[in-house]
Amino acid sequence: MADTLLRFRDDAASTAPVVSLASLHDAGGNATAVRIEPGEDARLLLPLLDRLELVEVSFPAYTDGRGYSAARILREYGYAGELRAVGDVLVDQLSHYRRCGFDAFLPNQPITREAAEKAFATWPEVYQRTVDGRTPIWAARHG
Amino acid sequence: MPMYQYDTHDQAMVDARVAEFSDQVARRLAGTLSEEQFRPLRLKNGLYLQLHAYMLRVAIPYGTLNSRQMHMLGDIADKYDRGYGHFTTRQNIQYNWIKLEDTPAILADLASVGMHAIQTSGNCIRNTTADHFAGAAADEVADPRPYAELLRQWSTFHPEFDYLPRKFKVAIIGSDTDRAAMRLHDIGIQVVKNDAGETGLKVYVGGGMGRTPMIAPVIREFLPPLQMISYLEACLRVYNRYGRRDNKYKARIKILVHEIGADEYRRQVEEEFAHILTLGLEPPPAELERIKGFFADPAFDTQSADTIDRSDPDFALWVDQNVHAHKAPGHAIVTVSLKPAGGIPGDASADQIRLLADLARDYSFDELRVTHAQNIVLPHVRKADLYAIWQKLDAAGLANANLDLIGDIIACPGLDYCSLANARSIPVAQKISERFADPARQAEIGELKLKISGCINACGHHHAGHIGILGVDRKGTENYQLLLGGSEGADTSLGTIVGPGFSEDGIVDAVEKATQVYLDRREDGERFLDTYRRLGVAPFKEAIYG
Repeated sequence: MADTLLRFRDDAASTAPVVSLASLHDAGGNATAVRIEPGEDARLLLPLLDRLELVEVSFPAYTDGRGYSAARILREYGYAGELRAVGDVLVDQLSHYRRCGFDAFLPNQPITREAAEKAFATWPEVYQRTVDGRTPIWAARHG
Repeated sequence: MPMYQYDTHDQAMVDARVAEFSDQVARRLAGTLSEEQFRPLRLKNGLYLQLHAYMLRVAIPYGTLNSRQMHMLGDIADKYDRGYGHFTTRQNIQYNWIKLEDTPAILADLASVGMHAIQTSGNCIRNTTADHFAGAAADEVADPRPYAELLRQWSTFHPEFDYLPRKFKVAIIGSDTDRAAMRLHDIGIQVVKNDAGETGLKVYVGGGMGRTPMIAPVIREFLPPLQMISYLEACLRVYNRYGRRDNKYKARIKILVHEIGADEYRRQVEEEFAHILTLGLEPPPAELERIKGFFADPAFDTQSADTIDRSDPDFALWVDQNVHAHKAPGHAIVTVSLKPAGGIPGDASADQIRLLADLARDYSFDELRVTHAQNIVLPHVRKADLYAIWQKLDAAGLANANLDLIGDIIACPGLDYCSLANARSIPVAQKISERFADPARQAEIGELKLKISGCINACGHHHAGHIGILGVDRKGTENYQLLLGGSEGADTSLGTIVGPGFSEDGIVDAVEKATQVYLDRREDGERFLDTYRRLGVAPFKEAIYG
């Protein structure tokens, strides 16, 4: 796993065991790392955002885009911990993942850091305001 | 020129796409990208692998383009295809004989005139379509194009909505007359004015054709225009999260809206919308004003005569059929029919495309439109110039005076090109247009919208045809079902299948019999559709199968 994990954060990676959404409230309700599957509602995590340090969003198939919405929702509500895309994560989708708030990637097939950074730079500018802090073109136009 | 012009920001985005796709094609040709991995990437650039070759679908945002862009489309047809292009029901153009290795060069040529193939396929927000008479129609309440351009920018490379359950199509109009089949789209927007004279957007969600045709219900009666982006973010987010992904045939938003109900969908959208409004995602009023500036009226000739010399009867026939009222006195809207008898609906040769470009430059303030009925519009023509335009069109085989008549057939590419098709569409269209080639006969029958799809995906809009034809595969043989009573306008309705299907020749005979019932039974002023609605299917069925 360490071979393929790409992190774009300065803090140390969480070492907490990653639990499923269903078992998040088990074991005394102290889990700090959780994994959500495509059909699961990211909003269920909103009351716990202060406690969580890692949220893994599962992409069993890269064509299933539900995880993009999950990530954006978490960031929009102020989640500041690690947001990790896990599974069928491909280099051609990385720039979109990043724009939706992911800052870590655990792809099935390894991606080099160099390739990832090249992917992030795919778009010189962006048309939408999302959660990545980039200035949308409409804002650049009107100061 | 009343058209949106790219600034350096827009151009940089298109150039970046060319660079990205060139890299992807290189990796595919080198084998480091598998076809499976490459497929969705090429689809987002409008590149399909069809029966015989790659097909490239080029975006024409809200169907509007200038003469330089149109000229380039003709040049691409010559340089990379077989000398023609095919205008589509989504106001785009397709090239059917493309080589993969040529696609980076084609995209670079397109980018040089501010064009692209971005999101013309794939499970993402597709090219936004609009009323092809926008900014010209006499009956317009408000120009929909500034909103369409806002939508174009917002939907371009939207990071959250690039892998939706299924494709997503938005259409926008600004008149009560719906010329864009707006309610048969995933989202249809009508720009309206309320009693206080304020502009708002009426939003319909969950329409579509395909194998489960549905007419979109109203989800928002009156949306402030400066909340459009936020509202659509909410509409799309609810769909992205809850649209079905277990079955591709149930994955369009119409199924979600139908299954949970319009009220529940509306409730979820409003909840999401309230949250999104807090995020500041909406471009400022100044951006809408900036865009509106591009769509200001051109300098119409206020001295232009408001009469037309009708002394040439062939010209007069064309004027009656293909010319519409313009909002400016002395001006008219010309629709050039790409439907000659025996021709392929929507096809134009490179020379014809360039001629249309020249006519736009010389007579229509440099502007053209592509219609969803696969024709070309010159939106702002002086009435005094109509005869000269008609003569040039006539010399190029483009003066077909059959707009909205039975010869003005919509047809998908069908089994001649398309890997999804079950039956050929083009030969059926050709045989019908030849059967009804006599202009006097077409005029006698009057308005009759005939639409042909070569499979259940309904790219030829057969559900919305006054007469619809659906090609199916019956035990390995092409078979054609007849539908009657569809319509796409303000009175949108879905056609119903009349009875057992026909052979290729049989369907042509069946269409002829249906028109005969209409001619025998019509009352004063009735169109084919009106007579059908009054009489019901029975007399038609009897004539066709009796």
